[in-house]
Amino acid sequence: MSIEVNGKEVDWIENETVKDLLKRMRYTFPLVVVKINDNVVPRKNFSEVKIPDDSKVAVIHMISGG
Amino acid sequence: MDKAKSERIKEKLSKSSVGIAGLGGLGSNAAVALARTGIGRLVLVDFDTVEKSNLGRQYYFLEHIGKTKVDSLKQIISKINPQVEIVAHNKRLEKGSMEKPFKDVDVVIEALDNAETKTVFIEEILSKLPEKPVIAASGVAGYGHSDRITTKRLGKLHMCYDGNAKSSDDDVLMAPRVAVMANWEANIALEIILGEDK
Repeated sequence: MSIEVNGKEVDWIENETVKDLLKRMRYTFPLVVVKINDNVVPRKNFSEVKIPDDSKVAVIHMISGG
Repeated sequence: MDKAKSERIKEKLSKSSVGIAGLGGLGSNAAVALARTGIGRLVLVDFDTVEKSNLGRQYYFLEHIGKTKVDSLKQIISKINPQVEIVAHNKRLEKGSMEKPFKDVDVVIEALDNAETKTVFIEEILSKLPEKPVIAASGVAGYGHSDRITTKRLGKLHMCYDGNAKSSDDDVLMAPRVAVMANWEANIALEIILGEDK
């Protein structure tokens, strides 16, 4: 009962949405893309899409500097 | 040198265009790299003037301090490759119309500094110009760790990315790493325009 988030193993929580997971991971930076098992989740669906058990989540974010 | 390949590339690049949003460490270095390849047209957008502190990583000279970045870069590129057509916009990109200067280019390079602005820019280009390839960079601050940089592709978005880098607000910005990322972006632009180098 675990998922992988950006290479880190964390507990899987039933009914946790993308939005909840980002909050739990303290990913507060401006986001660009969230992928679950290589599928891009549209931002407008962050509060609806639930994270399946055993999934791989990639959070790609923008960091200041240029 | 492969002469036939060289001629084919030269021909293709001379008819191609790249738009660059932001002319700091990323944008100024990417623009110069592309000018040297013989790109036909560059659309350059920045509202800023050159400051002394910029010379630590941006492609400007002491003589440019106080001048606009677009004019300074235009002058620099004209001394490298006067064949490149430069379309310069000395203005700030405003939310809601960020895609405007880039409607007619083949590829857009995001070279802005602030994370929020970067995000808004990428989202506007991807939503308003859905066919346009966009190249962005995230994680340019610090030094070393070149091996952590990867290219991430998500549909039309190509990201030059180091997710473990710190924000420039909490770190230093230094020429080598910024230039690696800038040239990485320019290199992706070539790949998009010319196709994969097989």
